[in-house]
Amino acid sequence: MGLSTAINRSSCWSSLTRHKKPPLTSPSTQNPRGPAQNFCDREALFSSYCFESVKAEKESNSLNDVDHSQVLDFPGGKVAFTTEMRFISESPAERAHCYQVLDNDGQLIICSKFKEVSEEIAVKMYSDMVTLQTMDAVFYEAQRQGRISFYATTIGEEAINIASAAALTIDDLVFPQYREPGVLLWRGFTLQEFANQCFGNKADKGKGRQMPIHYGSNKHNYFTVAATIATQLPHAVGAAYSLKMDRRNACVITYFGDGGSSEGDFHAALNFAAVREVPVIFFCRNNGWAISTPTSDQFRSDGVVVRGLGYGIRSIRVDGNDALAIYSAVHAAREMAISEQRPVLIEALTYRVGHHSTSDDSTKYRPVDEIEWWRLARDPVARFRKWIERNGWWCSEAEIELRDSVRKQLLHAIQVAEKVEKSPLAELFMDVYDVPPSNLCEQEKLLRETIRRHPQDYPSDLPV
Amino acid sequence: MAATSLRRFGRSLCWVSRRGLSTSCDDKVVQQNGKSMNLYSAINQALHIALETDTRAYVFGEDVGFGGVFRCTTGLADRFGKSRVFNTPLCEQGIIGFAIGLAAMGNRAIAEIQFADYIFPAFDQIVNEAAKFRYRSGNQFNCGGLTIRAPYGAVGHGGHYHSQSPEAFFCHIPGIKVVIPRSPHQAKGLLLSCIRDPNPIVFFEPKWLYRLAVEEVPEHDFMLPLSEAEVVREGSDITLLGWGAQLSIMEQACLDAEKEGISCELIDLKTLIPWDKETVESSVRKTGRLLISHEAPVTGGFGAEISASIVERCFSRLEAPVARVCGLDTPFPLIFEPFYMPTKNKILDAIKSTVNY
Repeated sequence: MGLSTAINRSSCWSSLTRHKKPPLTSPSTQNPRGPAQNFCDREALFSSYCFESVKAEKESNSLNDVDHSQVLDFPGGKVAFTTEMRFISESPAERAHCYQVLDNDGQLIICSKFKEVSEEIAVKMYSDMVTLQTMDAVFYEAQRQGRISFYATTIGEEAINIASAAALTIDDLVFPQYREPGVLLWRGFTLQEFANQCFGNKADKGKGRQMPIHYGSNKHNYFTVAATIATQLPHAVGAAYSLKMDRRNACVITYFGDGGSSEGDFHAALNFAAVREVPVIFFCRNNGWAISTPTSDQFRSDGVVVRGLGYGIRSIRVDGNDALAIYSAVHAAREMAISEQRPVLIEALTYRVGHHSTSDDSTKYRPVDEIEWWRLARDPVARFRKWIERNGWWCSEAEIELRDSVRKQLLHAIQVAEKVEKSPLAELFMDVYDVPPSNLCEQEKLLRETIRRHPQDYPSDLPV
Repeated sequence: MAATSLRRFGRSLCWVSRRGLSTSCDDKVVQQNGKSMNLYSAINQALHIALETDTRAYVFGEDVGFGGVFRCTTGLADRFGKSRVFNTPLCEQGIIGFAIGLAAMGNRAIAEIQFADYIFPAFDQIVNEAAKFRYRSGNQFNCGGLTIRAPYGAVGHGGHYHSQSPEAFFCHIPGIKVVIPRSPHQAKGLLLSCIRDPNPIVFFEPKWLYRLAVEEVPEHDFMLPLSEAEVVREGSDITLLGWGAQLSIMEQACLDAEKEGISCELIDLKTLIPWDKETVESSVRKTGRLLISHEAPVTGGFGAEISASIVERCFSRLEAPVARVCGLDTPFPLIFEPFYMPTKNKILDAIKSTVNY
């Protein structure tokens, strides 16, 4: 697929569906650059999405009007009989629409309804997106230079990271996957703290026990990242139940990818959340790729958003490269989650512009043109910049100054982190339990004797 | 704990099943005077106390709302409400994942897995999540309030999927504790300790004893220490080590051995990890012989770990190889259960051959 072809097709998601048969949507509904009326419809669809399930409940209650002989009173509500043997289709007549506020050029779409963002917030959102982008570039390079062992970028998903974080409060709990460091950045985790984690030094809150990018911060209500996929989803539900029991004015957000939606924990979590009616936002970053596996090898459903209906969860699909749409959707989801004590599912359509990680070369399994198209034509950072510039909130001078300053801060953070020594050996045995049991004390003693005999076998930058 | 009470439910007397696995209607037989009770009632009392003494304690799992298939949660939902005692969807990984999140918020999450045979969908949540939650965060977060209860072991008619003893899998996971009680009194005291311990714990309940084991249990709130083995019966010729329901079988073997002039010391390990090596070691140093018995298959069973550790520590003192009398390396076989099991006479034979080595 050539770059121009992709743009001409102008479907935001065309490349994600290229392994499938031609899309079910008609060309007119697919064209997000269409007439204004089209976007008004989109708006209407957004609202209907939000309240569809409420309407459905009411409709089912009104089945009283139906002839009782044709209705089965069944657990969950009344079910109407029909003489028609009709199987429910495996797919809807058209794919679930995607909520968008800013077009690819950063223009506010006419009639779009969104949550207002103040200049201060908008500028912070943009600055943090740029900071995230720069951090990725600098840390990626640091890995390539052999200074850190591993890294994974969030390139292409900066808006998802920052805009979703901006729509929440610090009291809302985060159960991340591993491609949402921007949420932590938004909450005030410093560049030095990011660097400390990646270098696994003594200042790393995780004490150097996990690979780079496995951030966590109690202070920022950001639960420590694990490399396991989707296991955090049921945790988010349990934590949300605790918030519910404590009647807290807060919710939980948990992030995962399109690949994660295939895990058992995804299904478990959505079902538990619906049944226990907890304030949790399931945020799916559908970026098209689970390492090398395209979504066409991942599922046959219309993405992830449609799963919500199966579990009785209100859902919305948003443009994952549109910061304003994400901000608005998460803001609305948070309101519903807390005020109505219910889970909400958000599927953001985006693209993993970077490789899966520094251990991956994605050009081996996907066309460079496709990557470039998403990187250039759909860059969420550039799109948001155009919007704040049009508002007169940003200018080229500010841009140069920001990028320069962030880069300097990052290089400094790396230099500092590199020099900080590692956590002492005793930390190897701490925190397995609240206090080390006798077997660990014994093993520590034996290990220390071995180190005394063979000090050359062990790293010198780790105090014993 | 009076060792004699163990005799009251000799399993060797009843290979044919006497009770169903599921709900039966004799719930009120025990606990007449509030002192003598069976094991499920002791568990039930511990759960009442746990919920009563900590408003942040929750009990949930499949079918726990109506009292559970073994009646362990009887009356809890009525007493403490459906928001603290509730049914979950039929999904073990969801139950444990949910419990981890709940515990991570400073709650006591007491999760029931209906049968230990069904715990495996939750294995990832236990191994990779619960066990590492504290360590991976540098102690910023923990899910220490998590207690997983699961009925385990043979019951006479349970076949493949209502009989297994999977404890060894869970003894290979740094970060969790594994506890198994042998009697009602132990069950109450140990369960309360587990619930209040600041570490995630898997608590296996010997389902055979739910109704069969009856003994005096103090009514009040009490806890028994974890990671402390107990010498249930003192002896001088051989040390017998086990846990859970197997303790009663081993005790019968001890009595029979005594008739033949062999003095057996019987130890209940109670906490499998982190386990009390010192108590076992000092007993073996005294007797010079060790026999370990468990229902789980012998290969890779926790008896192997104990055997290796004790050989390391007591090699020069041992007068015979460490004996293991365990389940066979087959799936748990319904009609062959009497052949599969580490029965009293298998143990007795092993005692004699070890002593006469």
